[in-house]
Amino acid sequence: MEIIMSFVIGFLFMAAVYLMLSKSLIRIIIGTGLLSHGAHLLILTMGGLGGTAPPVVADGVSVSDYVDPLPQALILTAIVISFAVTSFFLVLAYRAYQELGTDNMNLMRGTEDND
Amino acid sequence: MINLLLFPILIPLLFAAILLFFPKNISLQRIIAAAAAVATLISVLFLLFKVKADGVQAVTLGSWDAPFGITMVSDLLSVLLVLSATVITLFVIFYSMPTIGIEREKSFYYPAVLFLLVGVNGAFTTGDIFNLFVFFEVLLMASYMLIVHGGEKPQLRESIKYLLVNIISSALFVAGVAYLYSVTGTLNMADLAAKIPQIEATGILTVIAVMFLVVFGFKAAIFPLYFWLPGAYHAPPIPVLALFGALLTKVGVYAIIRTYTLFFTMNIAFTHELLGIIAILTILAGCVGALAYFDVKKIIIYNIIIAVGVILFGVAQMNEAGIEGSIFYLIHDMLIKAALFFLIGIVAVLFGTSNLREMGGLMKTYPVLGWVYLIAAFGLAGIPPLSGFPGKLLIVQGGFEGPQFWGSIVVLATSLLVLLSVIRIFIYAFWGEPVQTVPLKKRSYYQMFIPAVILVGLTVILGVGAEMFMPLIKGAGEVLLNPSIYIDAVLKE
Repeated sequence: MEIIMSFVIGFLFMAAVYLMLSKSLIRIIIGTGLLSHGAHLLILTMGGLGGTAPPVVADGVSVSDYVDPLPQALILTAIVISFAVTSFFLVLAYRAYQELGTDNMNLMRGTEDND
Repeated sequence: MINLLLFPILIPLLFAAILLFFPKNISLQRIIAAAAAVATLISVLFLLFKVKADGVQAVTLGSWDAPFGITMVSDLLSVLLVLSATVITLFVIFYSMPTIGIEREKSFYYPAVLFLLVGVNGAFTTGDIFNLFVFFEVLLMASYMLIVHGGEKPQLRESIKYLLVNIISSALFVAGVAYLYSVTGTLNMADLAAKIPQIEATGILTVIAVMFLVVFGFKAAIFPLYFWLPGAYHAPPIPVLALFGALLTKVGVYAIIRTYTLFFTMNIAFTHELLGIIAILTILAGCVGALAYFDVKKIIIYNIIIAVGVILFGVAQMNEAGIEGSIFYLIHDMLIKAALFFLIGIVAVLFGTSNLREMGGLMKTYPVLGWVYLIAAFGLAGIPPLSGFPGKLLIVQGGFEGPQFWGSIVVLATSLLVLLSVIRIFIYAFWGEPVQTVPLKKRSYYQMFIPAVILVGLTVILGVGAEMFMPLIKGAGEVLLNPSIYIDAVLKE
């Protein structure tokens, strides 16, 4: 299972890198979204995919059957942080589109006399 | 007062939350922001005496046993860095009052500065690798807001690039933590330091060490990863630039120092040699930029990159002289960069431009400013009685004792280029034919000049009284060279 997850995460990273190297700003933001999905799935996978019971204390479940709860807590934290950053980035992109009149990263170059 | 080491994080957090309630009342905002910085400074001084007297302080939040809860650890290195960060934030708040503009002050400027201080102090104090990530995000969120605050066109353009680079490096940080967790099964730094020497698969740990170097290298602007810094730091106004230049890259440098002395010590022959080579390349890349530009901000911005290289070269040597030199130079560099940005901020306001070619003859009208700038420039380059000298001397000595003696020669030679780059500002702006200057009210001139003078004075004290500060630096270096002190302080309870 970990092998399959690793391939999926690798594919997500590949797609994210491809999108982030493109010209359009909105494609770059979609790329950052895929990148954080990949990172979150990576924590889940690297914590080990063993265990059958959800990490909630219940009767009749032995300790070895629980899923590792720590990676889930880490992911939850990382998800809200990337939500906040993504929403800020989207508003920034909208504002930049209003002010600069373009979403093409090639036209957003700064030079000495073009500030 | 066992929670004393949490106060430098909690006080600015509390005051920043209070400041959110009345954004339009500028005078109250100013008073409370300054009071917050002063209160934080007092608590840090208490903490410094406590750590000096009793050794490394550790608190595990919620009274869980050490590797299971989040531990906050304050050793001499982190308390010294928290002290410098707080001092700089205090002066940035004073310097912001006349320069940042009323519109910005009305829209949550001071809370953002205090949240940045929360993130920086937390990152310096934490003893948990994932908690370090969270505090990085706290300071990055505050810095995203500050870099775009005001919404001018260059700011919007550059903050997009700054955000993108930091989002990528944060995702890599998460991935690095995931790999480290799967190999070791723990996130507590002291526990990592105890577990990593027992793991025989050093190959995978070396890969993770290099991955963390990439992550923190993005924040610290080391050689191939510094491309975002000159553009991004050129956009925001001067007080924000001083705050960023003095604090943000140094947090990345601190993270590299901490991880590379505490737990990534299993394959020094590879990782630390790589770090040394990258540090030298960083210095050279920074020198090229510092000499190439005719823009006062750009020159000092590239000097940030040079200093990052010098500090990391000292760390890469892993001997007593190198590490102590790096700690001294790190503290010196935080103070002197803030002071230099303050001074060139005044120069740029006086001429109404940051282009060196349009400046000249300031020595006749503002002689004191000129002499203070000259002292700061000499301090940056490391002229003996001033603060850049003891640190660089120890770093060079460490390099000659270690395997990379050629690196020490580069550090010495590039000091001349650093001196040349800052003296060029002096020659163009202060000598030569006087140029028409923008009239500036005496009162606001002194409001900008006095924080700068006090900071330059602090660096002079740091340099002249180096003997006085050396016991602190030695104590900080001792913990870095003997991780067992750190591990015992955290895991004993």
